[in-house]
Order: sequence, then structure tokens, then C-alpha cells
Amino acid sequence: MSTTVTPGGPVRRFAGLLHRRPYLRLAALLSAPLLWLVVAYLGSLAALFAAAFWTTDDFTGEVVKQFNLGNFQELWNQSVYRTITLRSVGVAAAVTVIDTAVAFPMAFYMAKIASPRAQRWLVIAVLTPLWASYLVKAYAWRIMFSGSGVLSWILDPFGIHGPGYGLPATIVTLAYLWLPYMILPIYAGLERLPNSLLDAAGDLGARTFRTFRTVIWPVAVPAVIAGSIFTFSLSLGDYITVKIVGGKSQLIGNVVYDNIGAADNLPFAAAVATIPVVIMVIYLVAVRRTGALDNL
Amino acid sequence: MTLSRGARVALRIGMIIGLAVIYVPLFVVLVNSFNADKAFAWPPSHLTGHWWSTAWGNGGVRTALWTSVKAGLGATLVALVLGTMAAFAVQRYRFFGRDTVSLLVILPIALPGIVTGIALNNAFRTVLSPLGIQLGLFTVVVGHATFCVVTIFNNVLARLRRLGTRVEEASADLGADTFQTFRYVTFPLLRSALLAGGLLSFALSFDEIIVTTFTAGAGVQTLPIWIFNNLFRPNQAPIVNVVAAALIVLSVVPVYLAQRVSGDTRGL
Repeated sequence: MSTTVTPGGPVRRFAGLLHRRPYLRLAALLSAPLLWLVVAYLGSLAALFAAAFWTTDDFTGEVVKQFNLGNFQELWNQSVYRTITLRSVGVAAAVTVIDTAVAFPMAFYMAKIASPRAQRWLVIAVLTPLWASYLVKAYAWRIMFSGSGVLSWILDPFGIHGPGYGLPATIVTLAYLWLPYMILPIYAGLERLPNSLLDAAGDLGARTFRTFRTVIWPVAVPAVIAGSIFTFSLSLGDYITVKIVGGKSQLIGNVVYDNIGAADNLPFAAAVATIPVVIMVIYLVAVRRTGALDNL
Repeated sequence: MTLSRGARVALRIGMIIGLAVIYVPLFVVLVNSFNADKAFAWPPSHLTGHWWSTAWGNGGVRTALWTSVKAGLGATLVALVLGTMAAFAVQRYRFFGRDTVSLLVILPIALPGIVTGIALNNAFRTVLSPLGIQLGLFTVVVGHATFCVVTIFNNVLARLRRLGTRVEEASADLGADTFQTFRYVTFPLLRSALLAGGLLSFALSFDEIIVTTFTAGAGVQTLPIWIFNNLFRPNQAPIVNVVAAALIVLSVVPVYLAQRVSGDTRGL
């Protein structure tokens, strides 16, 4: 070894000290990550949510650092925010349902029907678009939905008008963006399901639908829930896709964004930002009971 | 397996339609980058390679691309160090709050990007601005590194779990000290996991727009920010098309590299 250190060298002595004291090693290992994630990141989050209880002076635009619940009262009392929250949750739920419906047959085909060789290629085919830029994929759907776009070109000859930009386009685009996040967990879950169980169901006389309902679906549920965490939370916080294909529609993310940018009202933006966080925490706590988190 | 013929056919059709839905929009972007019409119209009347050379010569695109590369490399470097340290701590030691560390590492990517974005924006403006550090490339790197740590952490954690501690004990028995063991034994065994995690981390950073929006300040444009800023300008559409198409083509590179590195695409 070229860099052998003499037994008494300071590096060697330090190494020996570390070796004898595991807790010193642990402290050294944890110091930097915890400094970054706890002090910098959690600190920022805490400061943000503290700011949710402050207000902005209407005249000077200065932040008034005095504890009050005004922002949350406004969120609760103004029906527009309730509507936007419900709309965002509805969009996230619709995206999750669509993704499950599209992903399940694909994942099942990949896991149970395709040959091992085809399986490998299908996994790559499903994964590759994940590396393509988020923005590019949203832009692709802007082209698809545009007035002189691909969907109109396909649908117009049938006398149907494309939906154009709006909430349906947002749901489709978000479902497209997060589809691989649903396919992969279900695929992994179904791959673990032994074929013998399906054979047994068939031997006992179950038809396709009954096998699905009583054997496949119960096994796949944790995987579907694991996928839904991605599709749901990623949709809930989104504001870029809505801007690109959503026309004038607004989701929670847009309200946060507008309050930071145009209105320059950080306290209110912080209060609005608690909504998706609280919804996700409730969702995760509910999901934890199903054991789906072990599938992540 | 006994599936009725009808079910098999239906599943096969589902698979084909699914893949078509995934790839048709990407294909449309590719074709559209050769669209001779400046105003978007489908199907294109003529095809031209003109926009590709225009985009190549576009200074804004080049600067943005370079900024994105710098931000991605910086964030990945920080994430490599922090993620590896955290993974060692969690995998090799039992201590109070160990599960919390794992949760903490995942948090920045689990929370909506806009929450992370405005939290960091607020912190940077109150803490760093008085010190004379303005929003810019540095704050972008800090923001990106925060959510990139998880990719390295997961990869290294999985590798350490598989390795066990026997080789390191053997190395110590042969007289190597802690640093030598890491340098000559552990690190070479971790290398492919670090590469896979680093690749993912770079890709995450390269693609990120929400946290970037809030940490970049006015003067710094990463490629996604450039695209977003030019997306709604009709006269820039041809160049946006080319950039989008180029990014789709480039997305094959990490998939190929990931295959080479680990022989396994499920490094996510």
C-alpha cells in the first residue's frame, strides 16, 4: 500500500480514536447531514409555518410579527379557498383513479404475461419517459390540446371538439406525468404474487373476474396505495401544469404562488401552503395502517 | 397461468394503448421541432432542420444549459457527501431517533415542491441576504441538494445492507485503520451505488423547476426556467420545440448509463 502511515502518525492516531469510540464516529457521520437537514431545512420549514400566524400590513406591505389566526380564519371563511382546496383534492383523486385504471392492466401484463425478455424491455420502456423533463412532457400536452393541435386533428373529423385547455386537460396531463410512479409499484407487487395462486383460483373454478376480485386485487392493494402516494401528493402541490394546460383554472399551488409573487404576502402564502401538507399528513397516517409504506 | 383468451387479448391491448399514450406526445414534440410553420399547426406542412441550428446558436439556451449543468453537479456533489454520511450512520449504528433520520431525508421530496421552495426562499432572504449572499446559483445548489440527498441515501443504504460488515472487519484485522478501510475497501464496493444515485440526483436537479423558481433570484436561469419563461411567447415557440425535443432525446442517456452501471433499472 503506497500511503501507509507510520504507526504513531496523527492520522493513524485519530483513526484509532474513532475506532475505539463508536459514538464519536456516529456523531461525526451525523453532524453534517443533520446540520443541513435539521438546522437549515427543518428550520426553514418551521420559520415558514411560524410566519403563517403573522400578518402583512395592508398599507406598508411589511410583515407584522404578531401571533394571530387571521390567515386561517380567512382561509376558512372565504368560500373561494374552500372551492380551490376541494378542486385540488378532486384533481389529485381523479389523477390517482385514472393512473390506477391505466397502470393496472399494464403492470399485470408486464408481470404475468410478457416473456422475461419482453418484461425487461417493457420496464425500460415505462421508465425512460421518467427521465424526460417534466416541463417537456407538460409542453407535449399543451401541443396535444392546443386549438390547432393533435387532438383536434384526430377528433374534428368525427365532429367532436377537443376539450381545449382547462381542468380536464390538467387532469390528463398530470395523470400522464405520474403514470410511471403508479405502474412500477404495482408491477413490483404483482411480480411477487405467485403464479400458483392464480392457477389454484382457476382450478377451483374461478373465472377471470372472480380471480381478479378475490386473489389479485387484495394482494395488489398495498402496491396501489404506495403508487397513489406519489400520484396524489405530486398532483396536490402542482401549479406549473395548471399554468401550461389549465387555462384559467386555479389549484392550491397557484394561490400560494400568487401570494408569494404578485401579492407579496408571505404569511398568507404560508398559511395556504399548510393545506396540502396537512392533507398529505392525514393521507400518510391513514395509509400507514395498511402497511403500504413498506412497499416504497 | 390460466387466463381466458379474452382477458389476455384485452390486457395486451391495454398494454399497447398504454405505451402509445406514453410515447405519442413525446413523438409529437420530436416531429414538431422540425415543423416549418412558425405558428403551430398540426400536421406540419413542411419539415425543416432550420430551427435546430437557430436553437444551437441561441445564447439564452446555452447559458441556461450551462447553469443547469453547474447546479446539477454542485447539488449532486453535496448530496453525495451528505447522503453517504447519513446512510452510514443509519445502516451501521443503532441510536435514538434513527427512524427520524430516514424520514427527514425523504421529507424534502415528499412535501410539495412549492412548500420547500417558499420555505427556503424565506430563509435565504432573512438569513443570507444580511450576510451579503443574494439569491443565485449558490442558493439553487443548496435547494437542490436538499431534495437530492434522498437518492444517494437510498442507494448507499441498500448497498451497505447487502455488503454487511465482514469485509471491513477483515480489513481492520489486517491492520488497516478506519480511513484506509474506507478508501481501499468500502469505497470501491460503494462506487456503482454512488454512480447510480448520483445519476438520479443529477437528473432530479436538472429537471427541477419549482424549488428553482424560488431559490434562483432574478439573474439566474436554469434550462427548465428558460423553457417555462419562453413557453408562452409565440415567437420563441420554434426554439422551445427544439429544446424540448433535444431533452427527450437526451433522456435516453441516463437510462443507458443506469443499465450499464447497475444492470438494473429499478434504482429509483
